[in-house]
Amino acid sequence: MAVAEPQQRPDLREPAGWRRTRNRIATALMVLAFVLVIIPLGFVLYTVIAKGASIISWSFLTGGPIPPNVLPASVGGMGPAVLGTIEITALATVISVPLGVLGAVYINEYGGKGLLARLIGFMADVMTGVPSIVMGLFIFSIWVLHFGYSGLAGAFALGCLMLPIVIRSSDEMLKLVPDPLREASYALGATKARVTLTVVLPAAIGGIVSGALLAVARAAGETAPLLFTILTVTAANRNVFSGANTALSTQIFANASQPYVGAQARAWGAALTLIAIAFILMIVARTVTARFTRYSR
Amino acid sequence: MSTVARADPAGTAGSARALSERRPLGDRGFQVLALAAGLLVLVILVLIAVSTSQQASSWFSAEGLKIFSNNWNPAANQFGALAFIYGTAITGVIALVIAVPVSVGIALLLTEVVPYRWSRPIVYVIDLLAVVPSVVWGLWGILVFAPWIQHIYASVGSGVNGVPVLGALLGPPTSGASFFTCGIILAFMITPIVTSLSREVIATVPTIDKEGAYALGATRLEMIRGAVWPHSQGGVVGAVLLGLGRAMGETIAAALVIGSSATITSHLFATGYNMPAVIANQFGEASGEFRAALIGIGVLLFVMTIIINIIARGIVERSARRKRGA
Repeated sequence: MAVAEPQQRPDLREPAGWRRTRNRIATALMVLAFVLVIIPLGFVLYTVIAKGASIISWSFLTGGPIPPNVLPASVGGMGPAVLGTIEITALATVISVPLGVLGAVYINEYGGKGLLARLIGFMADVMTGVPSIVMGLFIFSIWVLHFGYSGLAGAFALGCLMLPIVIRSSDEMLKLVPDPLREASYALGATKARVTLTVVLPAAIGGIVSGALLAVARAAGETAPLLFTILTVTAANRNVFSGANTALSTQIFANASQPYVGAQARAWGAALTLIAIAFILMIVARTVTARFTRYSR
Repeated sequence: MSTVARADPAGTAGSARALSERRPLGDRGFQVLALAAGLLVLVILVLIAVSTSQQASSWFSAEGLKIFSNNWNPAANQFGALAFIYGTAITGVIALVIAVPVSVGIALLLTEVVPYRWSRPIVYVIDLLAVVPSVVWGLWGILVFAPWIQHIYASVGSGVNGVPVLGALLGPPTSGASFFTCGIILAFMITPIVTSLSREVIATVPTIDKEGAYALGATRLEMIRGAVWPHSQGGVVGAVLLGLGRAMGETIAAALVIGSSATITSHLFATGYNMPAVIANQFGEASGEFRAALIGIGVLLFVMTIIINIIARGIVERSARRKRGA
């Protein structure tokens, strides 16, 4: 009891100590949350690179046709799927990006704060949440049943997915263009279309391009919308407008559940190719944003 | 924050209307073109609903309310979708239980803890998760993750076997491809969107509120609970709902790792099925009423995700607007 005096100090600090400890625990949990996300991401990337790198070669990327599941990975190649993915994604981009940018122009330049523009913007947001498989069923019902399977049908399905993403990202970028720029152009007597096309869009082009590239990266990896629209085949189809086609993503899906070593190896090789395409698009998008963005928040 | 109204010269009431008489044809044509592109969004959404419902009408009319029965047997022409709806709900809940604490934790880490120059690389890493395609998650899930986690399921399962509630949830039968594996993979996939939306919402908390809390001697945790949370609660709920919508619609990864058996069971480690997975896996060999049933499941999925998305976007938008206006 003689040492009662010094004991009181820790007693006084105890609540603060506990508060500080809880604070540290909370911070540690936040860091842990981030670590929990890095582990699977690193694991996936490591596996895809480790298993895919040994498969990928020039003949794997360009050779074809895609061999039957039972054959080893050294036979044939994924050339038809690489070609299909590029064809279909490019066509989807050509269809959806101009429409998306125009839609954003309507929302931002013409609609203003009007009800219709707000509704379109809101529904574009909602449309980004429509499951990709529903887009596939939609194009199947409205196009494939009448005109048959084709790369074009796949491009329509991917385009439906990309459209709201392009609208939203372009809209954000157009909002950043300062109004004095528009006003100066109007003061010179330019029409609204001219102001939009020659002043507003060029000012926002960096952000629009990078948003479009991110949409392309997302579309290139999509599988579900393609399953019922291109009908996965094994031979190359150079004509994107007619006849069944194939793509890397659908080939991975077809090969993933096979017990054969060759099929699985082909799936890993195709997965690495697909991830590489998506990453390159993303890096280009970031570079474009960094170099050409004139206005930012 | 000043709220300067955006000037819109050609859009301002009277004068513009008078000018529009003299606007050249090309100018008006461009406006019509832009309007058409904008309306395309609404047209597509309506067309999705109409065309898919039309293709599924024979299922809806033939089965009536039996579409919600637990009886899926295409060989015997029985198409009750309850097992898939159940699977979608279960995997969605598992995904949320895992993804929400992680996402909100990362969002708080980014907005309240780390300095700005660190937050950018962290955002890049989180965005990488979104760049990995669904089918690659599925491939990794079925060939690497499921065989690995199978052993954990088996030992947990035998450990809790016979225990009242835990035994029913986590007990055998266990399988690598299961509801739970699917939920985990879906959680990885929705983490980026829930994180980025939560971050956006949390970033709108007024600095003065946070400084006030610190000035009263609050620790960071107390500041978050007292100042950040009350402000961003609603918006985070919206973000979580959007994540749920994504998890419900995510197809290919689920189709590969869920185990593909149309059963309703409380066993989370058992094989199951959900709505998008059954469409993806069985559509190829379907025709007639079978196909109508699968498209009908797609219609149900569309309606469910649209409702969730409208509610979620409404919440996010309202809370963002309120905060910005305040």
